[in-house]
Amino acid sequence: MLLDIENLTLRLPSGAAARPLLAEVSLTVGRGEVVGLVGESGSGKSTTARAVLGMLPEGASASGSVRVDGEDVLAMEPGRLRAHRSRTVSMVFQDPRSAMNPVRRIGDFLTEPLVRVLGLPKRKAAAKAVELLAAVGLPDPERRMRQRPHELSGGMLQRVVIAAALATDPGLLLADEATSALDATTQAEVLALLRGLQEERRQAGSGLGTLFITHDLPLAAAYCDRVYVMYAGRVVEHQPARGLFADPRHPYTRGLLDCSPALGDERELRPIPGRPPSLSDTFTGCPFTPRCPRAEAECESWTPVTVPFGGASGPADSGSAACRRLELVARSSA
Amino acid sequence: MTTLTAGALLPVKVRARRPVPVMVAGGFLALVVVAAVFAPLLAPYAPDAVDLSASLAGTSPEHLLGTDASGQDLLSRALYGARSSLLAPLALLALAALLGITMGTVAAWYGGWVDTLLSRVTDVMYAFPGLLFVVLVIAVFGDGLTTSVVAMGLAYAPTIARYTRSLALSERSKPYIDAYRVQGMGGARICVRHLVPNLSGALVGYLVVLFGEGLMSLATLSYLGFGAGSPSIDWGLMVQEGQDAVVQGALLPALVPGTAIAAVVVAFNIVGVWVSDRLGQGR
Amino acid sequence: MLRGLPRRIAGLLATLLVASFVIFSAVYAAPGDPAVLLSGSRQELTPEKLAAVRAEYHLDEPLVVQYGRWLWESAQGDLGRSFQYRDQVADLIGARLPTTLELVAYATVFLVVLGVGSGVLAALRRGWVDSAVVGGTTLAASIPSFVAAIALVSLFGVQLGWFPVTGQGEGFAGRLHHLTLPAFALALGALAVISRVTRQAMAEAYASDHVEAARAAGLTEREIVVRHVLRNALGPIVTMCGLVMAGMLAGTVVVETAFGLSGVGSLLVSAITTHDFPVTQAVLLLMVIGYVVVTTLVDLVHPLIDPRVSLGGRAA
Repeated sequence: MLLDIENLTLRLPSGAAARPLLAEVSLTVGRGEVVGLVGESGSGKSTTARAVLGMLPEGASASGSVRVDGEDVLAMEPGRLRAHRSRTVSMVFQDPRSAMNPVRRIGDFLTEPLVRVLGLPKRKAAAKAVELLAAVGLPDPERRMRQRPHELSGGMLQRVVIAAALATDPGLLLADEATSALDATTQAEVLALLRGLQEERRQAGSGLGTLFITHDLPLAAAYCDRVYVMYAGRVVEHQPARGLFADPRHPYTRGLLDCSPALGDERELRPIPGRPPSLSDTFTGCPFTPRCPRAEAECESWTPVTVPFGGASGPADSGSAACRRLELVARSSA
Repeated sequence: MTTLTAGALLPVKVRARRPVPVMVAGGFLALVVVAAVFAPLLAPYAPDAVDLSASLAGTSPEHLLGTDASGQDLLSRALYGARSSLLAPLALLALAALLGITMGTVAAWYGGWVDTLLSRVTDVMYAFPGLLFVVLVIAVFGDGLTTSVVAMGLAYAPTIARYTRSLALSERSKPYIDAYRVQGMGGARICVRHLVPNLSGALVGYLVVLFGEGLMSLATLSYLGFGAGSPSIDWGLMVQEGQDAVVQGALLPALVPGTAIAAVVVAFNIVGVWVSDRLGQGR
Repeated sequence: MLRGLPRRIAGLLATLLVASFVIFSAVYAAPGDPAVLLSGSRQELTPEKLAAVRAEYHLDEPLVVQYGRWLWESAQGDLGRSFQYRDQVADLIGARLPTTLELVAYATVFLVVLGVGSGVLAALRRGWVDSAVVGGTTLAASIPSFVAAIALVSLFGVQLGWFPVTGQGEGFAGRLHHLTLPAFALALGALAVISRVTRQAMAEAYASDHVEAARAAGLTEREIVVRHVLRNALGPIVTMCGLVMAGMLAGTVVVETAFGLSGVGSLLVSAITTHDFPVTQAVLLLMVIGYVVVTTLVDLVHPLIDPRVSLGGRAA
């Protein structure tokens, strides 16, 4: 498995946060796979992505493991960790404008990893950078090399960021809300680009895995192979994307789908009542209880555990959810 | 109505959090003021008592801080010197504050040509780095403590006016000012009775910080021979009179007044920053 | 990038025009006859002498005409004659200018090395180093430069004997040796400003997202500090260094006097003391021009260092 996160729990020192940032998060991404990670802000999806790079919040203590190609990121030496960040995993951030140093040129941004990581001579790196820019569909790549970030539009910048992220040919791409700051048409272009690049690599046999982080569940369900849904630092549901739309099992997933408008959908939009929990909220049982339409008194003392659909003997790859009333939910929706 | 001091209204924890450096600096300043006021009682000698037999004496039981080239007791001179060194910046600030606050308030309230004039005057003032504007005034009107104080007052007024203007502009847009206007109260009356008093907290904090700067500048002018002149006793002047002795190895005549200036300025800056933080919070 | 240039140059000229007019017309603000002020010595004023002064300064013409003539002659390098030195003011200043410029340049080196250095140190090593830098530089800023000068002379000149107490020095090394204490005294007061600006700019650059992105891309902390933090903080740091350097022109008045250096600053003091008004006017004009030109240059250079800033004052 390319990425294998197992029972990752992150805690801040008491006083900084009342609950763990991440609680028993388990997640996998295979080669050539696009995996979605969905949740509201503060659900821990970005924290999970950062943990893959070995970037834990200050003062946090971790248990569990984050393996990339079988090697535990959390146990890496600083030097190994930098090599890991520059070669194995790349991250694409939400806002390309703030993720790029405004005083440096586009060219520097691309040639830097080529020279530093791949050891290319400067001239070769520049030629390769132009190639990379052309490959992400940027018109007039030679001129772009000399421009600075403020001279390009957001969509173009995100293409540059993607080109730089793939420059060192990493195995795993972390796309943290990579299209959320873009307008709708640009978003579609960038998504198509990512898909195309993914396909190219699949055919070349290098097999890029993508962890696609977003707050937009319908987008994730449409774009990804499999989707994990997070709530309050916990994975509450995991399903193949096609199953998620048709048969969401966790009440939170269902709530997210109910509050997203879709074309030709006559259902009434129903926002999830209440607000997402903050780091100062504590729970005695399931964290979704206060907002859950199906909650019972017992839910308040039930510590969530992930249960595969169809019980412990059910098919392993059909999905799982962490709800006490899973069987009931499954029956009622069937 | 019961009377409560502002301190009593604060939670105990906040009141107790007066940092040690501020306490020390405040205590030191109080001591300097007492020393200046009671200089005649505290000084062991008359400040101008010449004793050529004791020229450039080091520290001794007779002369705790030594003597200068004319054998005048440095402790006594430093105590008397505190008077002009503290009074002159006070006078300068009073002048600058009167001019600056008036100008700033008028500029903020009426705008128009007063506002334009203020920004032009400030622009010209800012073209003269450091004390050069004051130096120009002294070159024209002659040296002396009074000229220095007036020139410095003129130089500081635009800065204070600018600060007052920015404070007054934001205060002016508050509803209570509108309320007075609706009642038919005149602009001048609102400014004097209500607007300026409401700015006083921030302004006082600013002035305390400026006091240290003003003291430093006036001492510099006296040192250059433009401010207080002989036979008056002033710290800056004492440094100038004492510096020839430094080369002869007698450091006290220059260092005693020099240290006094530095210590008072440091203390004022510490207290000033604390006061302006404190008063600034109320806004 | 050069869009705002003509406007800036026009502003510069306007400021210089007004400032020079203030310097020139100050004579008329004085009570009494300007000829008396311009004649220098207040004794032995004969009617003939006053008439000569009046003729030399064309005091009978309208003020604006006089000012225009003075400005025109000054621009051509004719700054008039000194009453005290019986010499061309331009020559007098020319002979003393190198010392002053050397002093300012040397002080700027101190300023950049110590001020920027301590600011970087404070930003990189938080905790007690940070507090020590902030406290130390703030203390240094509270000491008037003439007091610092005398303390430095007492300690390093008289007590330890490391540096000469008087004189100008011969050769480059000699001059450097002689100017070390004056330059340090001149820089000392401004250290706090530079240090604080550096620390603040570094902290802001550190907090930006692209630093996090660079870290995620596997750059070492050293690369991050040099290429992303320091590079981005350079704009405010260079601007502040330039402004402070310009201000130090005026600071030489005190420091040159304290160390007995024969520069333009000490010339101003002696010109005022001896009522040598042509010299006073010329030195003030020179210092104001130097100050305004340097501050404008700093403004013009800023967009070259930081592409986010444009001359028009709007961020692109």
